[in-house]
Amino acid sequence: MNEVLTKIKDTATRVKETINKKKKPELTIPIRSLTNVNYDPKIGYFELKGAKKKRELTVNTIKSFAQSLKMMGLSKQIVETKDMATKREAYYVSKNWGDARFKEQRESDSVMDDVEAMFMVNREQLGFVPEEKGGDIAGQLTVIDKDQNTGEELKIDCTKFGSGAYSIPSSVEHLGFETDAKFILAIETAGMFQRLVKHNYWKTANCILISMGGVPTRACRRFIRRLADDKKLPVYVFTDGDPYGYMSIYRTLKVGSGNAAHINKFFCVPQASFLGVTPEDIQKYKLPTHPLKDVDKKKIKDIIKNDPFVKQHREWRLALEKMQKGGQRVEQQALAAHGLNFVMETYLPEKIKEVSKFLP
Amino acid sequence: MQVKLSDSPKEMNHAIEQAKKQQSISISEFFTKNRHLLGFDNPLKAISTTIKEGVDNSLDACEESNILPEIIVEIKPTTKDRFIVSIEDNGPGIIKEQVPKIFGKLLYGSKFHKLSQTRGQQGIGISAAALYGQLTTGKPIKVISRIGEHKPARSYELHLDTKTNEPEITKDIETEWTRNHGTRVAIEMEGKYHRGKRSVAEYIKYTAVANPHAKLTLIEPDGSKIEYQRATNQLPVKAKEIKPHPDGIELGILIDMLKGTSSRTLQSFLTTEFSRIGSKTAKQICGEANLYPNARPSRIAKNEADNLLQALRNTKFIAPQTDCLSPIGEDLLERSLKKEFDADFFKAVTRTASVYRGNPFKVEAAIAYGGSLEKDSPAEIIRFANRVPLQYQKSACGITQSISKTNWKQYGLQQSGSNLPNGPVVIVVHMSSVWVPFTSESKEAIAHYPEIIKELKLAVQECGRDLGKYLRKQGKEKDEAKKLSYLEKYVPVIGEALNEILGNVNEEEITRNLKDTLERSRK
Repeated sequence: MNEVLTKIKDTATRVKETINKKKKPELTIPIRSLTNVNYDPKIGYFELKGAKKKRELTVNTIKSFAQSLKMMGLSKQIVETKDMATKREAYYVSKNWGDARFKEQRESDSVMDDVEAMFMVNREQLGFVPEEKGGDIAGQLTVIDKDQNTGEELKIDCTKFGSGAYSIPSSVEHLGFETDAKFILAIETAGMFQRLVKHNYWKTANCILISMGGVPTRACRRFIRRLADDKKLPVYVFTDGDPYGYMSIYRTLKVGSGNAAHINKFFCVPQASFLGVTPEDIQKYKLPTHPLKDVDKKKIKDIIKNDPFVKQHREWRLALEKMQKGGQRVEQQALAAHGLNFVMETYLPEKIKEVSKFLP
Repeated sequence: MQVKLSDSPKEMNHAIEQAKKQQSISISEFFTKNRHLLGFDNPLKAISTTIKEGVDNSLDACEESNILPEIIVEIKPTTKDRFIVSIEDNGPGIIKEQVPKIFGKLLYGSKFHKLSQTRGQQGIGISAAALYGQLTTGKPIKVISRIGEHKPARSYELHLDTKTNEPEITKDIETEWTRNHGTRVAIEMEGKYHRGKRSVAEYIKYTAVANPHAKLTLIEPDGSKIEYQRATNQLPVKAKEIKPHPDGIELGILIDMLKGTSSRTLQSFLTTEFSRIGSKTAKQICGEANLYPNARPSRIAKNEADNLLQALRNTKFIAPQTDCLSPIGEDLLERSLKKEFDADFFKAVTRTASVYRGNPFKVEAAIAYGGSLEKDSPAEIIRFANRVPLQYQKSACGITQSISKTNWKQYGLQQSGSNLPNGPVVIVVHMSSVWVPFTSESKEAIAHYPEIIKELKLAVQECGRDLGKYLRKQGKEKDEAKKLSYLEKYVPVIGEALNEILGNVNEEEITRNLKDTLERSRK
């Protein structure tokens, strides 16, 4: 039997038996937060420390307890019928649960995350998929997929999308790759991605361009990881120069997050390194800046103090302190101040010459 | 108008002429031109001020004669914007000689010069109303009064000469009247009648709250009749008249007192004209002021009076006696609120007496909460000074400020910043004193003396604490009920979900067992 189905049934059986022994059943869920992860650069991702919270069934917890069980029931039904449901669909299914229904999708997402962490599986294994787009690809890469009807092999050449791009699907485990590229360039903003695609930068630099569109989705992270592992490619990350770009985007891509620590093992990209824009670039390239917002300042302070990743990498602490001192942040597009194609003609080539200087 | 200083004879003549003119302005004329000072500046306020002054007078008159007040207020329309406003009481009645003075002469009153807790303080009110009526309609003021069972009632008509401040009786006949004693005054005036906030009806209702011993009836212009019954048949304890307390006396007043006294020595002046000064203390004060105890008070010079004042300030006195105050009382105030408001929680507090500038005062507060009180609005604040409701200048009043500066969140009410709390709440505050300090002549807002603000705050806080306890208890009961309903709602869902996953689950058994376990663990 499917591993997930076994886990769901085991848990339900335990709950049932405890109730019929007239005792209060418990669900054990790992604590999903940065405080409950370890980071060892040798391992390469945020690992769960093992702190768990026990959700005992009491009058106060009965609603979320009931919802967790209903969510498990829904998952079982989906997995058994080999179907799938988007997170939003799951939320709408709950509208039939009477008083236990969710008022907003935020609530159902959170219960789904709990169930996922409880079984230490990926939500796709539970039959749930996000509706978010995985990310866009352009460049020296052929993706090997299957025809959805015939199962026949499909070769998708990512150099043939012209001014457009190939979209990463929400599930990437079955994909194969062919490439001669030298590296993967993961880019924060769609705007910068388009500029590089427009001028066929991937051809000049012999690389694969990936647009993450903000914080990378799980599919995007997994895609980059599989591709980089498979083809032994280095991954360079190019974001805005602000704490959001550094930590929420780069750090999540590289080592995972506290919230989904139970699956970081599969979704991290340990071979990633940070190209820019770094606080140092601001001075070096005389880039126009904006003052840090109060939330940015707070975030930097918090990161330096608490983020296990930054604690392990002195280079990042120094970079963040430099930003804190300068009080300025910078956007990727600020490079346009030196001409629209400055980024392709000067910035990126100069950077890629000195990969050893990239932030870890 | 500014008069330039000049030696030119022509301009001097001008100034003399002006002075002559100024002299000839009578008090009546002055108030004709400054009626806003007395609350007659608009037609809405005219009717309510008239009723206010009339009812105050009636209540005071009844209480002074040990009569349980019974007052009927009627507002009868004559034309679209004219009304006959009448106030009728069962008081002792007024003899003929007094009638023109009370209803016709401004600044005539029995209360201006004494220190005791009474409602009106300056004796301006009802005569100003009479004057306003005459000015706007030209109609005479009608008074019926009877001073006893064995005397016939008399009906008078009065006309006021605004130049000389002299009233004149233009008609005086015997008449039939159902009352054995009492007075009815009827003034026709221009005005407007409205309902709601700051209305006559609100004023009568509040008056009923602060005067649980009075029976009040209001007959509105459309003929509808509202009656307020008594909450007690006991008259309030009579407030005693007292001499000024030496704390907080001012130089001007001290000099006037020195001039006006009949005492022959300074020592006896101090002991007889002030409260709480004995002969020993009097001697000490004289010594400190470098004055002979047997000096003649009328011969004390200004700088000597100043020394005397300093000596008084440096001496510690026993707090003034408080039998000059007549509070409503916790019990009666609560009963009286219960009579007029449909609420779930009531609490009233009477503080012990305190002193500001030598004047004793007492603060009372009460809170009503819940029931059918309006839920989503700021608290209804009812302010009283010597049992008289204050309806205007709410935000300038020390009472309002003391309430909004209290942190009501800790007592379970909503409040944003230093605003009035929100919720189904009525807050009543009563300040009684021999001399209530108002911020202006219209007597609608209590001044901000620190001693008064402190007492006001302590009083509402004391009520607030009890309200907080009540609300917390309520909250707990609500929580309990919510938890019970939680069990009803979600226990069956658990059985249902287990059955979906495992099949073959006896849902009823699960529900029964789980409910049992959870209910047991709550106890």
